[in-house]
Amino acid sequence: MKYTFSGGYHPPDGKSYSEKMPIEKMPSPKMAAIHLHQGGAPSKAVVNIGDEVKIGQPISEASGFVSVPVHASISGKIKAIAKITDAAGIKSDAVIIESDGKEEMFPGVGVKVDYSQFSADEIKKKIFSAGVTGMGGAKFPTHVKLSPPAEKRINHIILNGVECEPYLTADDRLMQESPDTIIEGLKLIMKVVNAESGIIGIEKNKPESIRIMKDKTASMKDIKVIDLEVKYPQGGEKQLIFAAIGKEVPSGGLPMDVGVVVSNVGTANAVYEAVALNKPFYERVVSVTGESITNPKNLLVRIGTPTSELIEYCGGVKEDVYKVVNGGPMMGAAMYSMEAPVHKGTSGILCLSKENAAVYEEQPCISCGKCVSVCPLKLVPTEIQMNVQYKKYEDAEKLGILDCMLCGTCAYVCPAKRNLVHYFMIGRARVAEMKRKK
Amino acid sequence: MDKMLIVSANPHIRDKSSIAKIMYIVILSLVPAIFASYWFFGFRAIVLILIAIVSCLITEAAIQKFRKKPVTVYDGSAILTGILLAFNVPANIPWWIVMLGSIFAIAIAKQAFGGLGYNIFNPALIGRAFMLASWPVEMTSNKFWTQPYTGKTMDAISSATPLNLVKTALKDGSTKETVEILAEKGVGYWELFIGNVSGCIGETSFLALLIGVIALMILGLVNWRVPFFYVGTVFIMTWLMGYDPVFHILAGGLALGAFYMATDMVTSPISNNGNIVFALGLGFLTVSIRVWGGYPEGVSYSILIMNCLVPLINKFTVPKKFGFVKPKKA
Repeated sequence: MKYTFSGGYHPPDGKSYSEKMPIEKMPSPKMAAIHLHQGGAPSKAVVNIGDEVKIGQPISEASGFVSVPVHASISGKIKAIAKITDAAGIKSDAVIIESDGKEEMFPGVGVKVDYSQFSADEIKKKIFSAGVTGMGGAKFPTHVKLSPPAEKRINHIILNGVECEPYLTADDRLMQESPDTIIEGLKLIMKVVNAESGIIGIEKNKPESIRIMKDKTASMKDIKVIDLEVKYPQGGEKQLIFAAIGKEVPSGGLPMDVGVVVSNVGTANAVYEAVALNKPFYERVVSVTGESITNPKNLLVRIGTPTSELIEYCGGVKEDVYKVVNGGPMMGAAMYSMEAPVHKGTSGILCLSKENAAVYEEQPCISCGKCVSVCPLKLVPTEIQMNVQYKKYEDAEKLGILDCMLCGTCAYVCPAKRNLVHYFMIGRARVAEMKRKK
Repeated sequence: MDKMLIVSANPHIRDKSSIAKIMYIVILSLVPAIFASYWFFGFRAIVLILIAIVSCLITEAAIQKFRKKPVTVYDGSAILTGILLAFNVPANIPWWIVMLGSIFAIAIAKQAFGGLGYNIFNPALIGRAFMLASWPVEMTSNKFWTQPYTGKTMDAISSATPLNLVKTALKDGSTKETVEILAEKGVGYWELFIGNVSGCIGETSFLALLIGVIALMILGLVNWRVPFFYVGTVFIMTWLMGYDPVFHILAGGLALGAFYMATDMVTSPISNNGNIVFALGLGFLTVSIRVWGGYPEGVSYSILIMNCLVPLINKFTVPKKFGFVKPKKA
């Protein structure tokens, strides 16, 4: 059986730069700038300038249900709480910790816990207090995903090990190197929502990960591994669900509407660490890769490490660097400042050359229909774009601009090099504004 | 790192395709048909094609210069219009008609609408319609149709096109089968298929055009639905009406129209379903004009008529989006 969705496109995947590089622990930085917004609403700082903190110590508290606390990723002194440019180029509040070089752990962090008797609620509480969020990029708080309203029954937990973004190899490496913790994390998530089945979706271009995961889960009746067709955006939540169980998440709805919760494999690993090791989410795997970085690597990095340090650790950029992207090349954010720190959703730091990341001049649409045939949500990208360009936001909304997930497949294939996603971002903001006014 | 980096919206990588690449591949796919036009109608066919190309290029460049717009004659679209326009004329037509037709096609049908991508009608067909309206004799009279160059004689002999022959014969009350009418003139299905018949220089060879369009389909530059449903509709309609369906497919400009004119990206619908509706309409109109209309040929007008309906077709064939939920009635 072929597991896939309709539409999509497979760009050259560029994974060869870093797919063979084992995850390497990067030394902790001298200074870490940890943003208070790390999934959901920005959290509130609970430390003051001058306070001593240790690794894993909470430095903020959630500001509501859809919000998570953040934790110190290095031990040292709080130097400042100030506005720092984030990966998206926006200045926002961050706690800045200056390292004391001692690498001291906060009491209890990293200590093995017997969690076999934990109730669903206890597990969920652990996930929340460890600040676990989605690790694919959107940073949605995991505990919220795992709190469906009573009438929504969750049947399947789907682990997203697709990593369909070109270049990125962080999830691939994690699946090969810590399959047990991912599977254990999946079981914990299943327990929280009482789901009967777990599905791990991996794209076929990661045969090693598929083999290992299949081996490890061979004896488990309730967990299966599916090998997905290699096509972007196979890892989009709705596309993955469709490929795995053949159901379409209704427009404007959530995966829970079809009885599913999707989590990244990295998130499952973080869930395991939060519950079994009492370890908050203060470090993650980041692929530092691309044709313009000297030594591509997969690094285990502390949250808050400045991008420039990751690049330096990988031997620096090459002469031809043109763009540095936080995340994948299809959906990541081009970075304004190399000081922007790694956040919980940073799956990669890409250094791209002009040859691959060239910015083109837009040409007129020749209505070739390619964007329509590749749109994984079956929208008409070119018409939505025109409506935004001519400020016809109501028509753009009718055509489904809010369904668009900004995956960029349309813009990738467009022969006229139209900056479709650019317009969609503007359009979505305007449509949201319009709706608020009503 | 003190180098200035580029910041722009995602995606950060792009496919290497471009409008110019598409245009030049389509032009390349026309090489068999250009060769066929040379083979059957002689060197004059090549001259006419070149005149059309040069006229299109100069007109486009001049207008863009005049309007102080970027000059984009290198994108290949004007060359393509030139070739397709020249394909639409008989071999013995005076060259200046082709030149004027090309100027009209680019200036009025393309640039006046805003240039590439904004034109509603296929420029080459507007050029043809313009020539047909202005010089009907030169475009249709038997004097300008030539018997294809068969290798036996260098003299071009004027002769009516097969569609004309059959239409006239049937009008005159002939009760013969289409095949018989043609056989009297030494024309069979094979001649029609390879293009060894009288007609416009680029339209006669079904074979050469088919080779080109199949290459384009393989490369994904032509939506197969348009030729398939267009030709299919013509076949089924003429067959149901008691005409010779094979003849109607092979004769006249159907191949050129269905393979290269109707599939023009700019002037055809966007979605797959839209293209099917478009093609069905084309087939219906073509047969209607051929059977009930005054002209023996109906391809170019049916395409122009369907071109105007494209915005409407696009509006009514928006694909059902992923996870579509029926809106609740208020």
